[in-house]
Amino acid sequence: MGVGLDLFSAIAPEGAWSVGDVTRRARAVIEAGLVPLWVRGEVSGFKAWQSGHWYFTLRDRAAQLRCVMFQKENRRLPAAPRDGMQVFVFARPTLWEEKGEFRLTVLELLSTEAGGLWQLAFEQAKAALARDGLLDPARKRPLPLYPRRIAVVTSPDGAALRDIMAVTARRWPVAELLVIPARVQGDGAAAEICAALALVGRVGGLDLVILGRGGGSREDLWTFNHERVARAVAAVPVPVISAVGHETDVTLCDLVADLRAATPSAAAAAATPDAGDVAAVLAQLAARLARGLAARSGRGSERLDRTLDRLAGAIGRRLERDRHALAASGGRLDALSPLKILARGYALARDGEGHVLKRVAQLPPGLPFRLRVSDGEVAARVREA
Amino acid sequence: MARAPEPPSFSAQLERLEEIVRRLEGQDLDLDEALKLFEEGVERLRDARERLLTAEAKVKQVLADEAGKFRIEDFDG
Repeated sequence: MGVGLDLFSAIAPEGAWSVGDVTRRARAVIEAGLVPLWVRGEVSGFKAWQSGHWYFTLRDRAAQLRCVMFQKENRRLPAAPRDGMQVFVFARPTLWEEKGEFRLTVLELLSTEAGGLWQLAFEQAKAALARDGLLDPARKRPLPLYPRRIAVVTSPDGAALRDIMAVTARRWPVAELLVIPARVQGDGAAAEICAALALVGRVGGLDLVILGRGGGSREDLWTFNHERVARAVAAVPVPVISAVGHETDVTLCDLVADLRAATPSAAAAAATPDAGDVAAVLAQLAARLARGLAARSGRGSERLDRTLDRLAGAIGRRLERDRHALAASGGRLDALSPLKILARGYALARDGEGHVLKRVAQLPPGLPFRLRVSDGEVAARVREA
Repeated sequence: MARAPEPPSFSAQLERLEEIVRRLEGQDLDLDEALKLFEEGVERLRDARERLLTAEAKVKQVLADEAGKFRIEDFDG
Protein backbone atom coordinates (compact mmCIF):
# COMPACT_ATOMS: atom_id res chain seq x y z
CA MET A 1 0.00 0.00 0.00
CA GLY A 2 1.43 3.31 -1.03
CA VAL A 3 2.32 5.28 2.03
CA GLY A 4 1.14 8.58 0.65
CA LEU A 5 -2.12 7.20 -0.70
CA ASP A 6 -4.99 9.31 0.51
CA LEU A 7 -8.28 7.52 1.08
CA PHE A 8 -10.20 10.72 0.78
CA SER A 9 -8.67 11.76 -2.53
CA ALA A 10 -10.66 9.01 -4.23
CA ILE A 11 -13.98 10.74 -3.71
CA ALA A 12 -13.28 12.65 -6.91
CA PRO A 13 -12.27 11.23 -10.32
CA GLU A 14 -8.96 13.11 -10.20
CA GLY A 15 -7.95 11.14 -7.11
CA ALA A 16 -8.90 7.71 -8.52
CA TRP A 17 -6.96 4.70 -7.23
CA SER A 18 -5.52 2.09 -9.51
CA VAL A 19 -6.98 -1.45 -9.41
CA GLY A 20 -3.85 -2.63 -7.69
CA ASP A 21 -4.18 0.10 -5.06
CA VAL A 22 -7.63 -1.23 -4.18
CA THR A 23 -6.76 -4.93 -4.01
CA ARG A 24 -3.62 -4.19 -2.01
CA ARG A 25 -5.58 -2.06 0.46
CA ALA A 26 -8.42 -4.59 0.68
CA ARG A 27 -5.98 -7.39 1.36
CA ALA A 28 -4.37 -5.42 4.17
CA VAL A 29 -7.75 -4.67 5.72
CA ILE A 30 -8.85 -8.32 5.54
CA GLU A 31 -5.65 -9.70 6.92
CA ALA A 32 -5.64 -7.18 9.76
CA GLY A 33 -9.29 -7.78 10.62
CA LEU A 34 -9.56 -11.58 10.29
CA VAL A 35 -6.98 -13.66 12.09
CA PRO A 36 -6.46 -17.31 11.01
CA LEU A 37 -9.52 -19.27 12.09
CA TRP A 38 -11.33 -22.60 11.87
CA VAL A 39 -14.06 -22.77 9.28
CA ARG A 40 -16.38 -25.65 8.57
CA GLY A 41 -18.15 -26.45 5.35
CA GLU A 42 -18.58 -28.81 2.43
CA VAL A 43 -15.87 -29.33 -0.17
CA SER A 44 -16.80 -28.77 -3.81
CA GLY A 45 -14.94 -28.28 -7.08
CA PHE A 46 -11.80 -29.89 -5.66
CA LYS A 47 -8.81 -29.81 -7.98
CA ALA A 48 -5.20 -30.81 -7.36
CA TRP A 49 -2.88 -28.95 -9.66
CA GLN A 50 0.30 -30.18 -11.27
CA SER A 51 2.21 -27.98 -8.84
CA GLY A 52 0.83 -30.04 -5.94
CA HIS A 53 -1.37 -27.20 -4.69
CA TRP A 54 -5.03 -27.92 -3.99
CA TYR A 55 -7.88 -25.60 -5.00
CA PHE A 56 -11.46 -26.03 -3.90
CA THR A 57 -14.55 -24.25 -2.66
CA LEU A 58 -15.99 -24.50 0.82
CA ARG A 59 -19.66 -23.93 1.01
CA ASP A 60 -22.79 -24.15 3.08
CA ARG A 61 -26.39 -23.37 2.13
CA ALA A 62 -25.87 -19.64 2.18
CA ALA A 63 -22.42 -18.89 0.82
CA GLN A 64 -19.14 -20.13 -0.51
CA LEU A 65 -15.44 -19.42 -0.10
CA ARG A 66 -12.57 -20.12 -2.49
CA CYS A 67 -9.76 -22.03 -0.83
CA VAL A 68 -6.19 -22.90 -1.64
CA MET A 69 -4.07 -25.40 0.26
CA PHE A 70 -0.45 -25.24 -0.81
CA GLN A 71 1.67 -28.30 -1.35
CA LYS A 72 3.86 -27.56 1.65
CA GLU A 73 0.75 -27.85 3.86
CA ASN A 74 -1.19 -30.61 2.12
CA ARG A 75 1.75 -33.03 1.87
CA ARG A 76 1.21 -33.90 5.52
CA LEU A 77 -2.27 -35.25 4.73
CA PRO A 78 -2.76 -38.89 3.83
CA ALA A 79 -5.33 -38.24 1.12
CA ALA A 80 -7.14 -35.45 -0.66
CA PRO A 81 -10.70 -34.62 0.41
CA ARG A 82 -13.48 -35.58 -1.94
CA ASP A 83 -16.25 -33.33 -3.20
CA GLY A 84 -19.19 -33.41 -0.84
CA MET A 85 -17.02 -34.15 2.18
CA GLN A 86 -17.67 -32.17 5.35
CA VAL A 87 -14.42 -30.69 6.61
CA PHE A 88 -12.90 -28.31 9.12
CA VAL A 89 -10.15 -26.07 7.83
CA PHE A 90 -7.82 -23.82 9.75
CA ALA A 91 -7.21 -20.99 7.33
CA ARG A 92 -5.96 -17.45 6.90
CA PRO A 93 -8.52 -15.24 5.09
CA THR A 94 -6.86 -13.14 2.44
CA LEU A 95 -7.36 -11.55 -0.92
CA TRP A 96 -5.71 -12.89 -4.03
CA GLU A 97 -4.74 -9.63 -5.62
CA GLU A 98 -4.26 -10.76 -9.22
CA LYS A 99 -7.85 -12.00 -9.41
CA GLY A 100 -9.32 -9.68 -6.87
CA GLU A 101 -10.66 -12.77 -5.23
CA PHE A 102 -11.36 -13.26 -1.58
CA ARG A 103 -10.12 -16.62 -0.42
CA LEU A 104 -8.83 -18.80 2.38
CA THR A 105 -5.27 -20.01 2.55
CA VAL A 106 -5.79 -23.37 4.24
CA LEU A 107 -3.15 -24.46 6.76
CA GLU A 108 -4.83 -27.55 8.15
CA LEU A 109 -7.73 -29.71 7.03
CA LEU A 110 -9.70 -32.31 8.98
CA SER A 111 -12.53 -34.45 7.75
CA THR A 112 -15.51 -34.67 10.06
CA GLU A 113 -16.46 -38.08 8.69
CA ALA A 114 -15.71 -41.21 10.69
CA GLY A 115 -11.95 -41.75 10.72
CA GLY A 116 -11.43 -38.75 8.49
CA LEU A 117 -8.93 -38.58 5.69
CA TRP A 118 -6.68 -41.16 7.33
CA GLN A 119 -9.42 -43.74 7.19
CA LEU A 120 -10.24 -42.78 3.64
CA ALA A 121 -6.63 -43.18 2.54
CA PHE A 122 -6.32 -46.46 4.45
CA GLU A 123 -9.40 -47.90 2.77
CA GLN A 124 -8.30 -46.77 -0.68
CA ALA A 125 -4.84 -48.29 -0.30
CA LYS A 126 -6.22 -51.47 1.25
CA ALA A 127 -8.63 -51.91 -1.64
CA ALA A 128 -5.76 -51.48 -4.11
CA LEU A 129 -3.67 -54.09 -2.28
CA ALA A 130 -6.61 -56.49 -2.17
CA ARG A 131 -7.17 -56.05 -5.92
CA ASP A 132 -3.61 -57.22 -6.49
CA GLY A 133 -4.10 -60.23 -4.21
CA LEU A 134 -1.57 -58.98 -1.65
CA LEU A 135 -3.94 -59.55 1.28
CA ASP A 136 -4.65 -63.16 0.36
CA PRO A 137 -3.98 -65.36 3.42
CA ALA A 138 -2.57 -68.02 1.06
CA ARG A 139 0.34 -65.67 0.39
CA LYS A 140 1.57 -65.95 3.97
CA ARG A 141 4.80 -67.92 4.12
CA PRO A 142 5.87 -70.10 7.04
CA LEU A 143 8.78 -68.79 9.10
CA PRO A 144 12.05 -70.75 8.98
CA LEU A 145 12.55 -72.99 12.04
CA TYR A 146 16.24 -72.28 12.58
CA PRO A 147 17.04 -68.91 11.00
CA ARG A 148 20.67 -68.24 10.25
CA ARG A 149 20.56 -64.60 9.23
CA ILE A 150 17.77 -62.23 10.23
CA ALA A 151 17.48 -58.75 8.74
CA VAL A 152 16.07 -56.02 10.97
CA VAL A 153 14.69 -52.96 9.21
CA THR A 154 14.35 -50.24 11.83
CA SER A 155 15.96 -47.17 13.31
CA PRO A 156 19.52 -48.07 14.40
CA ASP A 157 19.20 -46.13 17.65
CA GLY A 158 15.65 -47.10 18.58
CA ALA A 159 14.30 -49.23 21.40
CA ALA A 160 12.91 -51.71 18.87
CA LEU A 161 16.39 -52.77 17.76
CA ARG A 162 17.67 -53.09 21.33
CA ASP A 163 14.72 -55.33 22.24
CA ILE A 164 15.20 -57.53 19.18
CA MET A 165 18.93 -57.85 19.89
CA ALA A 166 18.33 -58.81 23.52
CA VAL A 167 15.68 -61.46 22.76
CA THR A 168 17.68 -63.00 19.91
CA ALA A 169 20.88 -63.15 21.98
CA ARG A 170 18.99 -64.94 24.75
CA ARG A 171 16.94 -67.37 22.63
CA TRP A 172 18.94 -68.08 19.51
CA PRO A 173 22.45 -66.64 19.47
CA VAL A 174 23.17 -68.93 16.50
CA ALA A 175 21.50 -66.35 14.26
CA GLU A 176 23.28 -63.31 12.92
CA LEU A 177 21.32 -60.07 12.96
CA LEU A 178 21.74 -57.76 10.02
CA VAL A 179 20.51 -54.26 10.73
CA ILE A 180 19.29 -52.33 7.70
CA PRO A 181 18.89 -48.82 9.07
CA ALA A 182 15.82 -46.76 8.17
CA ARG A 183 14.03 -43.92 9.88
CA VAL A 184 10.60 -45.19 10.92
CA GLN A 185 8.82 -41.89 11.47
CA GLY A 186 8.70 -38.40 10.09
CA ASP A 187 9.21 -37.05 6.59
CA GLY A 188 11.03 -39.42 4.31
CA ALA A 189 10.56 -42.45 6.55
CA ALA A 190 8.41 -44.27 3.98
CA ALA A 191 11.05 -43.86 1.28
CA GLU A 192 13.83 -45.06 3.60
CA ILE A 193 11.86 -48.15 4.63
CA CYS A 194 11.11 -48.99 0.99
CA ALA A 195 14.80 -48.66 0.13
CA ALA A 196 15.83 -50.82 3.10
CA LEU A 197 13.31 -53.54 2.19
CA ALA A 198 14.53 -53.48 -1.41
CA LEU A 199 18.06 -54.12 -0.12
CA VAL A 200 16.97 -57.39 1.51
CA GLY A 201 16.74 -59.16 -1.81
CA ARG A 202 20.14 -57.87 -2.90
CA VAL A 203 22.06 -58.69 0.26
CA GLY A 204 21.13 -62.35 -0.11
CA GLY A 205 21.53 -65.18 2.37
CA LEU A 206 18.79 -63.81 4.60
CA ASP A 207 16.15 -66.13 6.05
CA LEU A 208 13.75 -63.61 7.52
CA VAL A 209 13.03 -59.91 7.95
CA ILE A 210 11.68 -58.07 10.98
CA LEU A 211 10.24 -54.65 10.20
CA GLY A 212 10.21 -52.94 13.58
CA ARG A 213 9.26 -49.77 15.35
CA GLY A 214 9.14 -49.02 19.06
CA GLY A 215 6.37 -47.08 20.70
CA GLY A 216 5.27 -43.80 19.26
CA SER A 217 2.27 -41.72 18.46
CA ARG A 218 -0.58 -42.98 16.41
CA GLU A 219 0.18 -40.40 13.73
CA ASP A 220 3.71 -41.75 13.39
CA LEU A 221 2.19 -45.10 12.60
CA TRP A 222 1.04 -43.63 9.32
CA THR A 223 4.36 -44.45 7.66
CA PHE A 224 3.33 -48.10 7.78
CA ASN A 225 0.02 -47.35 6.08
CA HIS A 226 1.58 -46.00 2.90
CA GLU A 227 0.56 -48.20 0.03
CA ARG A 228 4.10 -48.17 -1.36
CA VAL A 229 5.55 -49.36 1.97
CA ALA A 230 3.02 -52.21 2.07
CA ARG A 231 3.94 -53.12 -1.50
CA ALA A 232 7.63 -53.07 -0.59
CA VAL A 233 6.87 -55.52 2.25
CA ALA A 234 5.00 -57.79 -0.16
CA ALA A 235 7.94 -57.76 -2.58
CA VAL A 236 10.50 -59.02 -0.04
CA PRO A 237 11.67 -62.48 -1.19
CA VAL A 238 11.77 -63.98 2.34
CA PRO A 239 9.15 -64.00 5.13
CA VAL A 240 8.52 -60.67 6.87
CA ILE A 241 7.38 -60.10 10.45
CA SER A 242 5.76 -56.73 10.97
CA ALA A 243 6.37 -55.39 14.48
CA VAL A 244 5.16 -51.88 14.28
CA GLY A 245 4.34 -51.73 17.93
CA HIS A 246 0.77 -50.63 18.36
CA GLU A 247 -1.75 -52.92 19.97
CA THR A 248 -4.93 -51.35 18.68
CA ASP A 249 -4.17 -50.16 15.18
CA VAL A 250 -3.49 -52.64 12.43
CA THR A 251 -1.43 -51.12 9.64
CA LEU A 252 -1.31 -52.07 5.97
CA CYS A 253 2.18 -53.46 6.59
CA ASP A 254 0.73 -55.78 9.24
CA LEU A 255 -1.86 -57.02 6.75
CA VAL A 256 0.67 -57.72 4.02
CA ALA A 257 3.40 -59.20 6.25
CA ASP A 258 3.67 -62.95 6.80
CA LEU A 259 3.23 -62.45 10.54
CA ARG A 260 2.15 -59.55 12.70
CA ALA A 261 3.78 -59.23 16.12
CA ALA A 262 2.50 -56.90 18.82
CA THR A 263 6.00 -55.72 19.80
CA PRO A 264 9.57 -55.99 18.49
CA SER A 265 10.38 -58.40 21.35
CA ALA A 266 7.46 -60.62 20.35
CA ALA A 267 8.70 -60.52 16.76
CA ALA A 268 12.17 -61.71 17.80
CA ALA A 269 10.62 -64.51 19.88
CA ALA A 270 8.44 -65.60 16.94
CA ALA A 271 11.46 -65.50 14.63
CA THR A 272 13.69 -67.77 16.71
CA PRO A 273 13.62 -71.17 18.38
CA ASP A 274 14.74 -71.42 22.00
CA ALA A 275 18.29 -72.81 22.22
CA GLY A 276 17.29 -74.85 25.28
CA ASP A 277 14.51 -76.58 23.33
CA VAL A 278 16.89 -77.25 20.47
CA ALA A 279 19.44 -78.74 22.90
CA ALA A 280 16.71 -81.08 24.14
CA VAL A 281 15.97 -82.15 20.56
CA LEU A 282 19.68 -82.86 20.03
CA ALA A 283 19.77 -84.91 23.22
CA GLN A 284 16.83 -87.00 22.01
CA LEU A 285 18.50 -87.55 18.67
CA ALA A 286 21.73 -88.60 20.39
CA ALA A 287 19.86 -91.16 22.50
CA ARG A 288 17.93 -92.53 19.51
CA LEU A 289 21.14 -92.68 17.49
CA ALA A 290 22.85 -94.76 20.16
CA ARG A 291 19.86 -97.08 20.62
CA GLY A 292 19.44 -97.44 16.89
CA LEU A 293 23.00 -98.61 16.44
CA ALA A 294 22.86 -100.89 19.45
CA ALA A 295 19.75 -102.58 18.05
CA ARG A 296 21.52 -103.13 14.73
CA SER A 297 24.64 -104.60 16.21
CA GLY A 298 22.82 -107.60 17.62
CA ARG A 299 21.21 -108.73 20.81
CA GLY A 300 24.50 -109.97 22.16
CA SER A 301 26.08 -106.59 22.39
CA GLU A 302 24.26 -105.39 25.48
CA ARG A 303 27.46 -104.03 26.83
CA LEU A 304 28.13 -101.76 23.87
CA ASP A 305 24.47 -100.91 23.98
CA ARG A 306 24.62 -99.91 27.63
CA THR A 307 27.78 -97.91 27.15
CA LEU A 308 26.35 -95.98 24.26
CA ASP A 309 23.08 -95.46 26.02
CA ARG A 310 24.76 -94.19 29.11
CA LEU A 311 26.95 -91.81 27.19
CA ALA A 312 24.15 -90.54 25.02
CA GLY A 313 21.92 -90.23 28.05
CA ALA A 314 24.54 -88.38 29.99
CA ILE A 315 25.17 -85.98 27.18
CA GLY A 316 21.48 -85.60 26.57
CA ARG A 317 20.76 -84.75 30.18
CA ARG A 318 23.56 -82.26 30.28
CA LEU A 319 22.37 -80.63 27.07
CA GLU A 320 18.95 -80.27 28.53
CA ARG A 321 20.17 -78.97 31.80
CA ASP A 322 22.83 -76.56 30.79
CA ARG A 323 24.35 -76.30 27.41
CA HIS A 324 27.31 -74.41 28.80
CA ALA A 325 28.30 -77.33 30.98
CA LEU A 326 28.70 -79.23 27.75
CA ALA A 327 31.73 -77.29 26.71
CA ALA A 328 33.64 -79.29 29.28
CA SER A 329 32.41 -82.61 27.98
CA GLY A 330 33.59 -82.03 24.44
CA GLY A 331 35.35 -85.37 24.08
CA ARG A 332 32.45 -87.51 25.15
CA LEU A 333 30.78 -87.86 21.80
CA ASP A 334 34.02 -89.26 20.46
CA ALA A 335 33.76 -92.05 22.95
CA LEU A 336 30.29 -92.81 21.61
CA SER A 337 31.61 -94.09 18.34
CA PRO A 338 32.38 -97.83 18.14
CA LEU A 339 34.92 -96.99 15.48
CA LYS A 340 36.79 -95.03 18.10
CA ILE A 341 36.60 -98.06 20.37
CA LEU A 342 38.09 -100.17 17.59
CA ALA A 343 40.74 -97.54 17.08
CA ARG A 344 41.91 -98.13 20.62
CA GLY A 345 42.84 -101.68 19.61
CA TYR A 346 39.62 -103.60 20.23
CA ALA A 347 38.22 -105.83 17.49
CA LEU A 348 34.74 -107.09 16.74
CA ALA A 349 34.26 -110.75 15.77
CA ARG A 350 31.24 -111.67 13.64
CA ASP A 351 30.10 -114.80 11.86
CA GLY A 352 29.25 -114.94 8.18
CA GLU A 353 25.78 -113.55 8.84
CA GLY A 354 27.04 -110.59 10.76
CA HIS A 355 26.19 -111.86 14.25
CA VAL A 356 28.63 -110.67 16.89
CA LEU A 357 30.63 -113.53 18.50
CA LYS A 358 31.18 -112.86 22.17
CA ARG A 359 31.53 -116.23 23.94
CA VAL A 360 33.91 -119.13 23.62
CA ALA A 361 30.95 -121.37 22.91
CA GLN A 362 30.21 -119.33 19.79
CA LEU A 363 33.69 -120.04 18.44
CA PRO A 364 34.07 -123.82 17.94
CA PRO A 365 37.37 -125.05 16.45
CA GLY A 366 37.59 -124.55 12.71
CA LEU A 367 34.88 -121.87 12.54
CA PRO A 368 35.53 -119.22 9.88
CA PHE A 369 34.63 -115.73 11.02
CA ARG A 370 35.33 -112.10 10.22
CA LEU A 371 37.26 -109.68 12.36
CA ARG A 372 36.36 -105.99 12.19
CA VAL A 373 39.29 -103.75 13.16
CA SER A 374 39.60 -99.98 13.05
CA ASP A 375 40.36 -99.65 9.35
CA GLY A 376 38.60 -102.67 7.81
CA GLU A 377 37.78 -106.32 8.07
CA VAL A 378 39.87 -109.53 7.78
CA ALA A 379 38.87 -113.15 7.31
CA ALA A 380 39.85 -115.44 10.23
CA ARG A 381 39.37 -119.01 11.41
CA VAL A 382 39.49 -120.66 14.87
CA ARG A 383 42.46 -123.02 15.06
CA GLU A 384 41.61 -126.74 15.05
CA ALA A 385 41.99 -128.31 18.48
CA MET B 1 27.40 -60.83 -3.72
CA ALA B 2 30.10 -63.45 -3.42
CA ARG B 3 30.38 -65.33 -0.14
CA ALA B 4 32.48 -68.21 0.99
CA PRO B 5 30.41 -71.41 0.71
CA GLU B 6 28.48 -71.72 3.92
CA PRO B 7 28.31 -74.79 6.15
CA PRO B 8 25.00 -76.64 6.04
CA SER B 9 22.28 -74.76 7.85
CA PHE B 10 21.11 -75.84 11.26
CA SER B 11 17.84 -77.07 9.80
CA ALA B 12 19.68 -79.10 7.15
CA GLN B 13 21.77 -80.72 9.91
CA LEU B 14 18.72 -81.58 11.97
CA GLU B 15 16.81 -82.92 8.97
CA ARG B 16 19.70 -85.20 8.05
CA LEU B 17 20.04 -86.32 11.67
CA GLU B 18 16.35 -87.22 11.78
CA GLU B 19 16.79 -89.22 8.61
CA ILE B 20 19.85 -91.04 10.00
CA VAL B 21 18.05 -91.93 13.21
CA ARG B 22 14.99 -93.14 11.31
CA ARG B 23 17.13 -95.37 9.11
CA LEU B 24 19.04 -96.73 12.09
CA GLU B 25 15.75 -97.52 13.76
CA GLY B 26 14.52 -99.27 10.64
CA GLN B 27 15.06 -102.97 10.10
CA ASP B 28 16.99 -103.37 6.88
CA LEU B 29 20.55 -102.28 7.60
CA ASP B 30 23.70 -104.33 7.95
CA LEU B 31 26.20 -103.43 10.63
CA ASP B 32 28.58 -101.68 8.27
CA GLU B 33 25.90 -99.36 7.00
CA ALA B 34 24.69 -98.81 10.53
CA LEU B 35 28.20 -97.90 11.66
CA LYS B 36 28.63 -95.45 8.80
CA LEU B 37 25.31 -93.79 9.59
CA PHE B 38 26.17 -93.68 13.26
CA GLU B 39 29.53 -92.04 12.54
CA GLU B 40 27.86 -89.45 10.37
CA GLY B 41 25.20 -88.87 12.99
CA VAL B 42 27.75 -88.33 15.72
CA GLU B 43 29.65 -85.92 13.48
CA ARG B 44 26.51 -83.91 12.77
CA LEU B 45 25.42 -83.94 16.40
CA ARG B 46 28.83 -82.66 17.38
CA ASP B 47 28.62 -79.90 14.79
CA ALA B 48 25.12 -78.84 15.88
CA ARG B 49 26.16 -78.90 19.51
CA GLU B 50 29.26 -76.82 18.75
CA ARG B 51 27.13 -74.22 17.07
CA LEU B 52 24.84 -73.94 20.07
CA LEU B 53 27.78 -73.69 22.43
CA THR B 54 29.86 -71.21 20.50
CA ALA B 55 27.09 -68.98 19.14
CA GLU B 56 27.78 -65.38 20.00
CA ALA B 57 24.81 -63.37 18.73
CA LYS B 58 26.59 -61.38 16.03
CA VAL B 59 25.06 -58.10 14.89
CA LYS B 60 26.06 -56.41 11.64
CA GLN B 61 24.65 -53.58 9.63
CA VAL B 62 24.10 -52.91 5.97
CA LEU B 63 25.14 -49.47 4.82
CA ALA B 64 23.93 -48.32 1.41
CA ASP B 65 25.13 -45.31 -0.54
CA GLU B 66 23.32 -43.15 -3.08
CA ALA B 67 24.74 -45.13 -5.99
CA GLY B 68 22.87 -48.18 -4.69
CA LYS B 69 26.03 -49.96 -3.55
CA PHE B 70 26.13 -51.41 -0.06
CA ARG B 71 28.60 -52.85 2.38
CA ILE B 72 28.25 -54.87 5.54
CA GLU B 73 30.00 -53.81 8.72
CA ASP B 74 29.96 -54.80 12.36
CA PHE B 75 27.22 -53.00 14.20
CA ASP B 76 28.44 -51.09 17.21
CA GLY B 77 25.23 -49.34 18.25
